Amino acid sequence: MPSKLLDKYFRMDKLPHIWCPGCGHGIIMKAIVDAIDKMGLEKDKVCIVSGIGCSSRAPGYMDFNTLHTTHGRALAFATGIKMANPELHVIVVTGDGDSAAIGGNHLIHASRRNIDITTIIFNNNIYGMTGGQYSPTTPTGEKGTTAPYGNIDKDFDLCKLSKAAGATYVGRATAYHAKMIKDLTIKGIQNKGFSIIESLSVCPTYYGRKNKKGDSPDMMKTLKNNTVNIKAVDKLDKNKLENKIIIGELYSSKEDEYTESYQKIIDSMQEGR
Amino acid sequence: MNNKAKLMQGNEACVEGALAAGMQFYAGYPITPSTEIAEISALKLPKIGGKFIQMEDEISSMAAIIGASLAGKKSMTATSGPGFSLKQENIGYAAITEVPCVIVNVQRGGPSTGLPTSPSQGDVMQARWGTHGDHPVIALTPASVKETFDLTVKAFNYAEKYRTPVMLILDEVIGHLREKVETPNKDEAEIIDRVKPTCDPKDYNPYEVEDGDIVPRMASFGDGYRYHVTGLVHDKTGFPSNDSTIAENLVNRLMNKIGDNIDDISNFEEYVLDDADIAIIAYGSTARSAKSAIQSAREQGIKVGLFRPVTIWPFLDKQIRHLTNKIKKVIVVEMNLGQYVLEVERVANKDCEVFRYGRVNGRLITPDEILEKIKGDVLCLANC
Repeated sequence: MPSKLLDKYFRMDKLPHIWCPGCGHGIIMKAIVDAIDKMGLEKDKVCIVSGIGCSSRAPGYMDFNTLHTTHGRALAFATGIKMANPELHVIVVTGDGDSAAIGGNHLIHASRRNIDITTIIFNNNIYGMTGGQYSPTTPTGEKGTTAPYGNIDKDFDLCKLSKAAGATYVGRATAYHAKMIKDLTIKGIQNKGFSIIESLSVCPTYYGRKNKKGDSPDMMKTLKNNTVNIKAVDKLDKNKLENKIIIGELYSSKEDEYTESYQKIIDSMQEGR
Repeated sequence: MNNKAKLMQGNEACVEGALAAGMQFYAGYPITPSTEIAEISALKLPKIGGKFIQMEDEISSMAAIIGASLAGKKSMTATSGPGFSLKQENIGYAAITEVPCVIVNVQRGGPSTGLPTSPSQGDVMQARWGTHGDHPVIALTPASVKETFDLTVKAFNYAEKYRTPVMLILDEVIGHLREKVETPNKDEAEIIDRVKPTCDPKDYNPYEVEDGDIVPRMASFGDGYRYHVTGLVHDKTGFPSNDSTIAENLVNRLMNKIGDNIDDISNFEEYVLDDADIAIIAYGSTARSAKSAIQSAREQGIKVGLFRPVTIWPFLDKQIRHLTNKIKKVIVVEMNLGQYVLEVERVANKDCEVFRYGRVNGRLITPDEILEKIKGDVLCLANC
């Protein structure tokens, strides 16, 4: 029952959360906690770091070592934490504006270093906290308050970006596929390296209303209907894949992890004495 | 005494001081004229089990040292003008979240890319007001290589004691100057560490000051005190609040923890001021030229002394007021077009005449130039 998880992992006196009715973020937050519970991680050894935006309010509700930082910088703070104490399971909670616009540089460099941080991107395709401006993941042609005639920017594929930059575990799921977020998060935390789980969320208040996407259940149905599990991709006709978003475990590899590599330098210095 | 005497550069003395103070983590980004601090940290930290990381920019360097400090490691970053501008965002974060850390700024000519290899003292006001909003600042400025060592230790101690970012503001001359330095033995330097909580974790309020303490006790992430840190205005539990009383009390407490302990933070040097008719106020490498100018002036029968602020922020109100009550002509000499002098003018006795001498061409102010200024504008010995 959810109540058990609530009592165990949430700061009950900080709830209810600030998210709008119908927002997908709560589902993603719960899926992260599900993953931590399933893995049996010690709460004192989990550190959740966020930036600024709707998604970044999540850590405040979660009973771990939690850090709500500056806009876009969560991964940089998290890098310092992980370097200082590699025993901590460091999880970064961030949004599409936070991670891909103002924090884009930190995202590619954390990926490149393959530092053992698990990043969950709550992607709702819009700046929600400031009232619905277009973000780097707002699809081309869609509207935001700062794209009243339609967005002419191309949108980022954050999974491709992170993979290309060096992340060693890459997955994508949606708020409709909550169990998949949980499963990918477990694998992301287990991966000794930089992991990214892009979790597609819904923002009926701004993105939905501005783009006539219906209410939250409509948008959740869209998440269901517009996605294809990577395991099914080979079995489907190409024309059925058009405009579909691929979800599931997209990439996994083994590379040297950053803090372990640094520890080797430290160890070699001690041997030399 | 087994102290090791060594010829070293100001930037090297900074790293040696940081290591003596217990630095365990350094994050930075290359920038002239501070880069030696990163290079030497990269070389030395792993030897003592500490860690160095070259981040993707100055913003993330500042973020990383705050993260490492929250995880329990004494942390430092170093930069120069353009990088100092980028660090301002997270300096404010460290101020409101009360995370101890040390930021070194080896000043070069500005604005913007300016004069990368030339000295300047143009970041004095930026050190005070660079990040937005009212916030406390401690900034120290050395005038020699040895003092760079000592003040780096002090910067870490203040950071830990007052839980605040502390700035060490060098100028390029001091950063690259080589002088003999005797470093103290390990047990000789006073080292202050942050006070950790001892209460039951469930009773821990991370932003509540216990009776008799100056600042809230600071647990490290992973210690078993699970708590929340935010750059939003927060109450004693660490969680955000929009309550106007809480907001006011928080910012006032941040300011007062420095203001109430200003005597502990006020460092300065007075040089032949007792019989002086004129006082030069100068800091950093400029103070060295001033001392030389004073010697020449005194040989010519002009009684000049030096007041050298070592703590440039918080401003030394009390000392400058005292000085200007006693001496009726002061001249503030600095490698900028008038920054520290604005504060001197603010607190100076109305009967005291405050003169300015500044420059921004990337060249040191020489003793002769200071002497000329004294004989000319201040004493009107020529062409007045």
